[in-house]
Amino acid sequence: MQWKTDTYAGWGRALTATGELARPERSRNITAEGPAIGNRRSYGDAPLNSDGKATDMSRMNRIIGFEDGIVHVEAGVTLGELTRIYAKKGYMPTVMPGTGFATVGGAIGMDVHGKNHHHAGSFGQHVTEITLRTADGDKTITPADDTLWRATIGGLGQTGVILSAKLKLTPISGGQMQVTETRAANWEQHIERLDASTAPYCVGWIDATAKGDAMGRGIIEEAEVTSGDYEAPKGGKKVPLDAPSFALSKPIVKLFNTAYYNRVPAEGRTVNRSFEQFFFPLDKVQDWNKLYGKRGFHQFQCVVPTNQVDALKAMLNAIAESGLASPLAVLKRMGPGRGGMMSFPMEGYTLAVDFPARDAAKDLIKELITLTAAAEGRIYFAKDSMATPAAIAGMYPEQTDWADAVNAADPDLTFATDLTRRLNLRGAK
Amino acid sequence: MNNTWIILGATSAIARAFIRAEAEKGASFILCGRDTDDMAATAADAQARGSTEARVFPIDVRAPETFAPVIEAAKNIVGTINCAVFVGSMPEQSEIDADPSLIDGVVTDSFTGPANLLTQLAPIMELREQGTIVGVGSVAGDRGRLGNYVYGAAKAGFATYLSGLRNRLGRSGVHVLTVKPGPVDTSMTWGMKMPAMTTPEAAVADILKGVEKKRNVIYTAKIWFPIMTVIKLIPEPVFKKLSF
Ligand SMILES: Cc1cc2nc3c(=O)[nH]c(=O)nc-3n(C[C@H](O)[C@H](O)[C@H](O)COP(=O)(O)OP(=O)(O)OC[C@H]3O[C@@H](n4cnc5c(N)ncnc54)[C@H](O)[C@@H]3O)c2cc1C
Ligand SMILES: NC(=O)c1ccc[n+]([C@@H]2O[C@H](COP(=O)([O-])OP(=O)(O)OC[C@H]3O[C@@H](n4cnc5c(N)ncnc54)[C@H](OP(=O)(O)O)[C@@H]3O)[C@@H](O)[C@H]2O)c1
Repeated sequence: MQWKTDTYAGWGRALTATGELARPERSRNITAEGPAIGNRRSYGDAPLNSDGKATDMSRMNRIIGFEDGIVHVEAGVTLGELTRIYAKKGYMPTVMPGTGFATVGGAIGMDVHGKNHHHAGSFGQHVTEITLRTADGDKTITPADDTLWRATIGGLGQTGVILSAKLKLTPISGGQMQVTETRAANWEQHIERLDASTAPYCVGWIDATAKGDAMGRGIIEEAEVTSGDYEAPKGGKKVPLDAPSFALSKPIVKLFNTAYYNRVPAEGRTVNRSFEQFFFPLDKVQDWNKLYGKRGFHQFQCVVPTNQVDALKAMLNAIAESGLASPLAVLKRMGPGRGGMMSFPMEGYTLAVDFPARDAAKDLIKELITLTAAAEGRIYFAKDSMATPAAIAGMYPEQTDWADAVNAADPDLTFATDLTRRLNLRGAK
Repeated sequence: MNNTWIILGATSAIARAFIRAEAEKGASFILCGRDTDDMAATAADAQARGSTEARVFPIDVRAPETFAPVIEAAKNIVGTINCAVFVGSMPEQSEIDADPSLIDGVVTDSFTGPANLLTQLAPIMELREQGTIVGVGSVAGDRGRLGNYVYGAAKAGFATYLSGLRNRLGRSGVHVLTVKPGPVDTSMTWGMKMPAMTTPEAAVADILKGVEKKRNVIYTAKIWFPIMTVIKLIPEPVFKKLSF
C-alpha cells in the first residue's frame, strides 16, 4: 500500500495531525498498520493519528450484496449514498446522523444516533455482521461474539479496520418526509413538546443566543416518511475558501437564529421535505466547516439522564449568557438504545452546540464538561476535542472492560488514535 | 435496448466511477482485468446500482491468449456493444532507466495489449454498425518529457492507434472517443504533487458527455486542452531545455 505524509484534521479543523495516510482502492491493499478513518466527519481527534499511519477507507465504497432488506457494504460507503440508492427501492438506513457524508465504518466506530433514537436505537443495533482486518488476519464477527462485538460497535476503530458490514435497512412506504414544525417560546415549552412527541423522528433546533424569558426558544421538527417519489439531490454549493473570521460574528449569529425562529409561523406548519433536506440539512453547503475560518471550531455535545433536565437548562443558560455560541444548536430526546460498551447514548436529553475556536469558548466548553459529569451525563467522542482523562472519569461505566477487550485484540496499540491517547481510553485506570 | 460495456482495466478508480454512472442507466458489463476478487465486488456494486448484468473475465493484456473468452462473449452480446479501455501502467522513469526491459511491459499495458484486443473486437462491432469505443490515453502522450517519456510514448502510440481505428470504424457507424486525462486523483497519483488534478467522477462526467456528443478527442480536466495546446507549440530547441 502506498503511504504519503500529510497534515489532516477532523471536521472542526481545530486539531490537526501529521502522519502517513494510505487510501486503498481495493481490499488486498488494505493493511492493519494503523487505525482506519472514514470521511473525518468527527469534529475532534477521533480520526487522527499523529506521527503514525492511518488508512482512509473512503474509496472502499461498494455495495456487495442485498438480500431480505439486509445490505452488505464495504466500510467506506456513505449513508447518503445508501439513502440515494435504496430510497428508490423502498428502503433506507435505519439510523442516520445529521450528515450523509458519514461512512458505514465511521457510523459503527461511533455507534451514531439519529433523530429517531428514542424509537430505533443506535446505528450499531442494526448491524448484523462485521468483517475486520487485524494483525492476525481477517475476522468476521456477529452479535454472538459478545465481547469483541460490543468492543467494536462504538469502539472508535480500536479492534481493527472494518472492511465490510451487513446492515438491516428499514422498509419505507414513500420517498418524502412529512415534517411538522412548531415553535417553542422557551426552554420549558421546548422540553414539553419533545416529551409529548410521538413522531418517529423528532429534533429540536435551539436558538442558543436567546436569553432571559426566551432562553431555550426554538423550533421542534417532527417527521415521518410519507408517500411521494424519492428525488436524488442535485450537487450542493461549496464554500470556496476559509471565510473571514467575522462571518460568524455575534450579530450575524443572532440575526440568523431570529430568522430561523420566525420562519415558522406562530401556529406551526406541515411541509413535505426531501430525505436529504430533513436528515442532512447542512450537507447542502459542502465544506461549511470553512465558514469558521482557519482556526476552526469546536462542538460540545453531551447527554444527561432524564431527571437531570434542569442541569441541562443551566448549561444552556451559561451558553446563552456567554454570547459565544453559533447558530447550530440541537436538542434531542434520547432513548436507552446503545450497541457497544463505549456507545454514547443514554436515556435522557442530548444537546449539541458549536463554538468558534477561541480561548473564551474553550474555557466554557471545559466548564460544560464538568457540569455534564456532575449531572451523571456523558460527552460524545465524535465531537469532543477539549476533555481530559480526569474530566471524563466515570462517564463510560464499561470503559475498563472495553480497554481490556481492545488491548487483548490489539496489544501493540496499532489502532490507537489521538483521541484514545488524549483521553487515555485504553490505559489502566 | 440493452447496452453492454466491455471494460478493460475494471479495477481502475476511473473505470469504477464510469461503471457506476452507466450502471445507474441500466447497462450490462463485461469486466476485464487481473484482480478478479476486486472485480467481483465491482460487479456486485454495479448490479446494486441498476446494472442488468455484470460478469467478470480475468485477462492480462500482456497475455493475449486470455482474450478469447472476452471475444467469444462479445459475439454473443444482444444489443449494443461498447468498449472502454482504462488499462495502463506508469512505473517511475528512474526505474525504467535502471531496467530498460520494463519498457516492453509499459508499452504492452498502455498500448499494444489493449490494441490487440480492440483489433479483435473491431470486426464484431463493425457488423453491428453501432456502439462506442472509449480509449483512455494521457496528456503525457502529447509530448515526451523528462519525467515519464516511456509511458508518454506508449500513450502516444495508443492515441495514434485510436485515431486510425476511428477512421476505420466511423465508416460503419462505430464511434471512437480518445480521452486525454491530466492528473486524476487515484491510487496511481496518490502522494504525488500534481497541478490541475481532477476526480474520477468529474473525469467520467466529461467522458460521458464526449460519448453522447460523439466527440473525437477530449481532455479532462478541460483546462488541459489549452495547456497542452501551448505545450505542443513550444519549439523543440526551447522544449528540450525545460524540465517539468
Ligand atoms: C454536520 C454533522 C452532523 C452530525 N450529526 C450527527 C448525529 O446526528 N448523530 C451522531 O451520532 N453523529 C453525528 N455527527 C458525527 C458523525 O456522524 C460521526 O462523527 C461519524 O463517526 C462520522 O463518520 P466518518 O465516516 O466521517 O468517520 P470518522 O470521523 O472518519 O471516524 C470516526 C471513528 O470511526 C473510526 N472508523 C472510521 N472508519 C472505520 C473503519 N472502516 N474501520 C474501523 N474504524 C473506523 C475512526 O477510527 C474514528 O474513531 C455529525 C457530524 C457532522 C459533521
Ligand atoms: N490517474 C491519473 O492521473 C491518470 C492520468 C492520465 C491517464 N491515466 C490513465 O487512466 C487509466 C486508469 O488509471 P488509474 O488512475 O485509474 O490507475 P490504476 O488504478 O493504476 O489503473 C490502471 C488499470 O490498468 C490495469 N492493468 C495494468 N496492467 C494490466 C495488465 N497487464 N493486464 C490487465 N490490466 C492491467 C489495472 O488492473 P489490475 O487490477 O490488474 O492491476 C488497472 O485497472 C490508465 O490508463 C492511466 O494510464 C491516469
